[in-house]
Amino acid sequence: LQDQAEQFLRSGHTNNWAVLVCTSRFWFNYRHVANTLSVYRSVKRLGIPDSHIVLMLADDMACNPRNPKPATVFSHKNMELNVYGDDVEVDYRSYEVTVENFLRVLTGRIPPSTPRSKRLLSDDRSNILIYMTGHGGNGFLKFQDSEEITNVELADAFEQMWQKRRYNELLFIIDTCQGASMYERFYSPNIMALASSQVGEDSLSHQPDLGIGVHLMDRYTFYVLEFLEEIHPASQTNMNDLFQVCPKSLCVSTPGHRTDLFQRDPQNVLITDFFGSVRKVEITTETLPLDRDVAAFESKFPEEELATEPLKYAEQLPVAQIIHQKPKQKDWHPPGGFILGLWALIIMVFFKTYGIKHMKHVF
Amino acid sequence: QVRLVVPMAVVFGPGSVPRDLPRPLPFRDVQEMEISVNVRTSVTSRYEMHYRSTTPREEAALAAVTAREADAALHPLQDTTMGSLTMYVVPETSSLLPQGINVYVGKHRSALVRAVGSLAALQARLREVTQVMSFTASSIAAALSDRVPSGQLSPDARRYLKSSLGYEITFSLLNPDPKSHTVDWDIEGAVNRYVKPVLDKLSLVANFSVDSQILYYAVLGVTPRYDKESSSFLLSAHSLPHVINPVEARLGSSAASLYPVLNFLLYVPERSHSPLYIQDKDGAPVSTNAFHSPRWGGIMVYNVEAPASPQASLPLHVNVDMARVMEVFLAQLRLLFGLSREEVPPEFLLENPGNEGLADWELDHLLWAHTVENIATVSTTLTSLAQLLDKIGNIVIKDDVASEVYRAVASVQSAVTKLSLGHLHAAFQASKEAVTSSERAFFDPSLLHLLYFPDDQKFAIYIPLFLPMAVPILLSLAKIVRETRLRKKEPTKMD
Repeated sequence: LQDQAEQFLRSGHTNNWAVLVCTSRFWFNYRHVANTLSVYRSVKRLGIPDSHIVLMLADDMACNPRNPKPATVFSHKNMELNVYGDDVEVDYRSYEVTVENFLRVLTGRIPPSTPRSKRLLSDDRSNILIYMTGHGGNGFLKFQDSEEITNVELADAFEQMWQKRRYNELLFIIDTCQGASMYERFYSPNIMALASSQVGEDSLSHQPDLGIGVHLMDRYTFYVLEFLEEIHPASQTNMNDLFQVCPKSLCVSTPGHRTDLFQRDPQNVLITDFFGSVRKVEITTETLPLDRDVAAFESKFPEEELATEPLKYAEQLPVAQIIHQKPKQKDWHPPGGFILGLWALIIMVFFKTYGIKHMKHVF
Repeated sequence: QVRLVVPMAVVFGPGSVPRDLPRPLPFRDVQEMEISVNVRTSVTSRYEMHYRSTTPREEAALAAVTAREADAALHPLQDTTMGSLTMYVVPETSSLLPQGINVYVGKHRSALVRAVGSLAALQARLREVTQVMSFTASSIAAALSDRVPSGQLSPDARRYLKSSLGYEITFSLLNPDPKSHTVDWDIEGAVNRYVKPVLDKLSLVANFSVDSQILYYAVLGVTPRYDKESSSFLLSAHSLPHVINPVEARLGSSAASLYPVLNFLLYVPERSHSPLYIQDKDGAPVSTNAFHSPRWGGIMVYNVEAPASPQASLPLHVNVDMARVMEVFLAQLRLLFGLSREEVPPEFLLENPGNEGLADWELDHLLWAHTVENIATVSTTLTSLAQLLDKIGNIVIKDDVASEVYRAVASVQSAVTKLSLGHLHAAFQASKEAVTSSERAFFDPSLLHLLYFPDDQKFAIYIPLFLPMAVPILLSLAKIVRETRLRKKEPTKMD
């Protein structure tokens, strides 16, 4: 009976994925890249392989020409922890980090030519961790200084994921100003959300480093990283401890969380359910007795050798055809109603006001 | 509504006919059962039974000495379409079935059942047999797992591989200590001799591709404990979950195809950690020395005997016994697909499928589950696509997306019809086509709707643009209206 009770408290997932997004570029947003890389590092250390992590960094800080310590990204000015590490695998970099690509990764509506490392190939038994950081406001998160994603779009994307059963449980962590507004609109089941600050509050950064010249990390993620460094793959720490990380005295903002959509009690949710990758195993007790004296097998469905022509490198694209192509004739459409109405109004007012005799100058 | 129809033939051998038959042989009967998955969804199973007595040739076949010979002789005389079953009832006192065994299930789609006195009791036994050989309520519920209310299904019920169009199988040899062991494994030969027959049989279910690799200096994530009593190293059951992760990063499964990957790892322990045994929960060593993880694959530990003399020159040459290894890997492959023989009642005797890897009725078992799962997936996908398009009116549907949707609907209807006629193979093919089309339609890149335009943003953008422009226009309009009114009044005023 205890076994059964244990079963219902366990998560029931068989694999873990992580989608880590840093949305801001420019050197002074060093701390956002450091935030994302520290979560990436913890998640890799606890067992999630690179093939199951989609890392999106909007700018390159380690090899930025303004970085006095190239090939490193530090989380604290004591320079103890280089979160860039030796084997970072960035899947979406620089200008590829856009709202559209992010939503494509989440919903799976990806063009067929996308490589496997850029896809989220989760199934109905995957636990997904989504971490986002950058500049945000009430109900939106800024991407690349030119576009934004709203909380409604994010909630709809999660609903599309749920409809296709692309996740078993989802943990959403966001470290931006007014981060709690981003999870207000979620309505799909099995989502737990954490944010670094409430609506109306700003998330503050941790200390600056005078040598590097920028703030190295944000407070909330800094304390989360400290917390995660204590976790090892077999630890039994649960989510309630993560909710306590970074109280107002340390963080100045009030971290928030949302668990009403989540089915299990956060007390029973292990940190490693999302940050690590602990697999369920079963002992193999059966064997399949094989007849060893068997000759090579003749397949019922012999593979047919498809006769292919040898491909020549120079003939991949019909270059002559392309450069001599005439531009496509775009169909001319008459102007739409609104524009027509506006112009009619303007012209009518002009001639009424100034008199009809000016018409002859026009025609 | 989905109806699963199983055509069955119940053949009574001489001396086995129960006394209380309602009509003389041959006659037909139908039994229907409803498997209810949730409040709105249920699947009806319908067994169409044809009771008849044996033909002379079948009688001759049943006169064989052992059940296996009888089954082999009966095979050419049976109806071998997929999804159908044939049960031969032998007299209670028959010696064809061993003592204590009431049912013998053969390699194909037939079973030998020991007669019972009354028809009702025989039907109960036949029901048990059909549950084993085709599908059970729980296997259908597991296939429709996302519709079952989450409290009712234990988390372990969804552990079998999901129905997919293809699977990629990777065999990896892990040699953490190449200085001590030079390991030779004839994987190509083993795949050709042992794995290909099984995959050939499963090729009806999906496309399989096989690759293999050798990884050096790949260690397990856990340090095994040394046990003085057995002078061997032990890996306890609760440390096994942590073994897989450090290795996974090196397996290179991300380079493989988009199909689900099944990894089978053969680990040759280091000289300093040999011999290495896996312990189960009770502390006993596992005979296969292997474990598997649902939806991922399996790992087997292959121990190398210590050299006879301690001065033997390193590295030792190790020739892996591929047959022993493949016995375990293929068993794990069956378990990953959900073909377990453990829940069979004790009075059943199941024939060993031999090198083919699985019996025909096990293949049917898979096909039933996958067909039902495919049909459920297609209906969920198309419903949610329709809801999405209802909600967001601006999305443009391209012609090819529309045609994929039509094709998916047609295929799924055809699959449901074929299931209700009992044509399992055709139904499965139709359901596969339906899944392909519906996935292509749902995941089409053009269906991404990005622009969320709330009302307050509309005001915020358009008002500062048009209000300053509109002020002189509106004022001029007011002036025009006033002038027109004045001019209308004036003729009456002037004389």
